[in-house]
Amino acid sequence: MQVELRDIRKTYGPVKANAGISLRIPAASIQGILGENGAGKSTLMKILSGFILPDSGEIFLDGQAVSIRSPADSIRNGIGMLHQDPLDFPPMKLIDDFILGHPGALGLGKAAAAREFRALAEQFDFALEPEAWVDSLTVGERQQLEILRLLWLGARVLILDEPTTGISLPQKEKLFATLKRLAAEGMSILFVSHKLEDVEFLCDRAAVLRQGSLVGEARPPFDTRTLVEMMFGKEVPLAERRTTVRESGILQVRDVSLEGLRIQMRNVSFEVRAGEVIGLAGMEGSGQSTFLGACAGLSRPVEGSFCIEEQDMTGRSHHDYKKEGVAYLPAARLEEGLVPGLSLTEHFVLAEEKKGVFIDRRKARRLAQERIELYNIKGRPESTVESLSGGNQQRMLLALLRSPLSLILVEHPTRGLDIESTIYIWSKLKARCAEGTGIVFISADLDEILQYSDRVIVFFAGKVSPPLPASSLNVDRLGALIGGKLWEELESEVAHA
Amino acid sequence: MRDSRPNRTLLQIGAIALALLFTTFVLLAAKAPPLAAYLNLGLGALGSWEVISNVLVSWVPLLLVTSGLLLTFTVGLWNIGIEGQITVGAIFSTWAFRLLLGSGMAPGLVILAAFLAGMLGGALWAMLAGALKTFGGVNEIFGGLGLNFVATALNLWLIFGPWKRPGVASMSGTVPFDPSLWLPTLNPQSRLSPIAVGIAVAAILVVYGMLRGTYFGLRLKAVGKNPRAAFLLGIPTWQYMMASFALCGLFAGLAGAVQVASVYHRLIPSISSGYGYMGLMVAMLVNYKAAIAAPVALFFAALNVGSIQLPIVLQLDSSLAGVLQGTLVLVVLLAQGARTRMLKKEGL
Ligand SMILES: Nc1ncnc2c1ncn2[C@@H]1O[C@H](COP(=O)(O)OP(=O)(O)OP(=O)(O)O)[C@@H](O)[C@H]1O
Ligand SMILES: [Mg+2]
Repeated sequence: MQVELRDIRKTYGPVKANAGISLRIPAASIQGILGENGAGKSTLMKILSGFILPDSGEIFLDGQAVSIRSPADSIRNGIGMLHQDPLDFPPMKLIDDFILGHPGALGLGKAAAAREFRALAEQFDFALEPEAWVDSLTVGERQQLEILRLLWLGARVLILDEPTTGISLPQKEKLFATLKRLAAEGMSILFVSHKLEDVEFLCDRAAVLRQGSLVGEARPPFDTRTLVEMMFGKEVPLAERRTTVRESGILQVRDVSLEGLRIQMRNVSFEVRAGEVIGLAGMEGSGQSTFLGACAGLSRPVEGSFCIEEQDMTGRSHHDYKKEGVAYLPAARLEEGLVPGLSLTEHFVLAEEKKGVFIDRRKARRLAQERIELYNIKGRPESTVESLSGGNQQRMLLALLRSPLSLILVEHPTRGLDIESTIYIWSKLKARCAEGTGIVFISADLDEILQYSDRVIVFFAGKVSPPLPASSLNVDRLGALIGGKLWEELESEVAHA
Repeated sequence: MRDSRPNRTLLQIGAIALALLFTTFVLLAAKAPPLAAYLNLGLGALGSWEVISNVLVSWVPLLLVTSGLLLTFTVGLWNIGIEGQITVGAIFSTWAFRLLLGSGMAPGLVILAAFLAGMLGGALWAMLAGALKTFGGVNEIFGGLGLNFVATALNLWLIFGPWKRPGVASMSGTVPFDPSLWLPTLNPQSRLSPIAVGIAVAAILVVYGMLRGTYFGLRLKAVGKNPRAAFLLGIPTWQYMMASFALCGLFAGLAGAVQVASVYHRLIPSISSGYGYMGLMVAMLVNYKAAIAAPVALFFAALNVGSIQLPIVLQLDSSLAGVLQGTLVLVVLLAQGARTRMLKKEGL
């Protein structure tokens, strides 16, 4: 189906999120949508899918003007959207989630719906069981479920807002194959992403937004340099690799055994040194999150000990770890990291040391302004955190870090960040390393792990590798290890060493 | 921007109109003349200095209780146990009076001690609900309800048992204290004590200031809006929940002490007079914002006092005030819900 957006406008107070965007997406094609954080991508997609109302502008489907005032309107017109932050999934069975919202499902009956579900899943080679529970799925599987649901509802236009953050490599490959196939069958697909290589691989055309306006369109073969220049209005040089590891140790992990929800890890030992960056690689749910949480005192080891600078911290509370200079940044920004409803200023006040009884409002505002500038956050001191764009929420999380710190533990530090911000955030993190802070981070992005880590620890189904020098790895080897291959080789290497 | 001030005000005026409309229907269904009923309600609350002072007398405990509840609501807790906390506050302060009655201590000091005892009692009772929640995993609503029953039972037992009037125990409560121990009032006929009014006003100001400009208040908000993130930001969440329970209980206990020391001068069976539940309604109606709690509490107090006349004049039950208050809360909550949904649409 051909989609046309005409002069879409949406303002939030002084912010022009969409300043008159016109875009035509032909049928049977994949349209990439690029743009820096806060450029207005999600806003435009939410308008097209009825989640928010534009101030003005028109939408045409196959040349017909349509009025989209709710998500129901949009799906009735054949438009379905996968969101940037997967919405809360209540604990229900896949099949119930699947049926939910389908007008004809009640008449159809559950057994028949389950049959159709199986048939669809098989078509796309998704290993989803209708009787399984939604909350047991990984992000990538939820995405697959959502795609099936939208297709079943009759979607002929599919919108994906940053679908590749937080899913594993095989899941990504499967997703791309699915999208290509759907496009070949005549669907139009809007694909929002910060990963240029994904857009280059997948898309038939790309549109670049900047500050709410369409600043350019491109067709294959894409030129990365030009795209980046369009996105940021300037060239963005890649940072040099540089290491700041010192001799002294920060975190000592000794013979630690952990039990997570579905996973057990045995006898993990290593040391994080001052100024060192350690990347934790693995498919989602392989144990790395549990492990990182344990390093912050969020769960207790079954056996073994954690020491911060040789001081035994085993069994102490997260707040004790915090006092020793350990910072923990969770992956779920709005669920765990930030407090929806509170302003940026209030967040900075909360994150800093408490001084006295009364809050010095002027000082707090000044602090907020400083940090907003320093971390390049698109927002005002009095904005609430939920009004920030995804990437800006991530910057906010990092801007809340106190200093000095001895150890930063962070899940997906640059999830949802554009290239420039990714480089920028890592320059900030690396500056911490230069001061002697150790960093342990989780990422689903293998390039990020290889680019920024000094050593890498791989997790697979409860198996934990010893720290491997990043220089001994490449994307292929790391990808294989994450997928559970090459472990025997690794173990024999370790045995010999 | 469709979310402008006039829009919000319109919604609120609409809500009040709707509440009035519903109450009018109730009146018509009860075959009562609505206009006369409203007129009597107004006269009953504002018709003379005496009734106005009665309104203020019931404003004091209501405002105290509301002040406390703003804190528990802010931290995300439903302190249904507030009724019990008022009662236990009243019991503790009666206890203090009885202990110090013949001690020869200056009356002012005795009253002060009774107030402090009331605050202590309310706070302890509230912390019991808090402990049940934090350590026992009992939802504070169920825990609070249970503790309300226990407090009422305790109160009745004292009135009909150990503290009963010499000779006969009666529903009219314990023996009144010596008038020298009554909280001074405007004039001998009135029950209105300027000190009590001062305490209530101070309470709401303290809570307002606390929520607006202190670390404590901001941390309470953070815990209420997202306990997990608050914990990761370094806020000891359960301690803050306990603290808000304790403070709320303290205000409720103070309300109980005021009832004992300046209104009834003794312990009576229904000492909490439903102010706790009414306070919950006020707090919900003001959407947990301290700034407008005082006038709304005053309005509720006026409705209560105004309706006392109704049975005499119109043979109507005085629960009409309750109907009006309840519908008002429901309608305003509905309007707020509608508004949030509208704003979500706008993507705000
Ligand atoms: N509800 C809101 N209230 C106020 N401002 C908002 C709101 N939603 C979005 N904005 C602002 O509109 C602008 C565009 O936001 P949008 O979410 O569309 O960006 P984006 O391109 O998706 O960015 P990202 O790559 O970071 O996800 C941002 O400056 C954002 O702060
Ligand atoms: Mg976005």
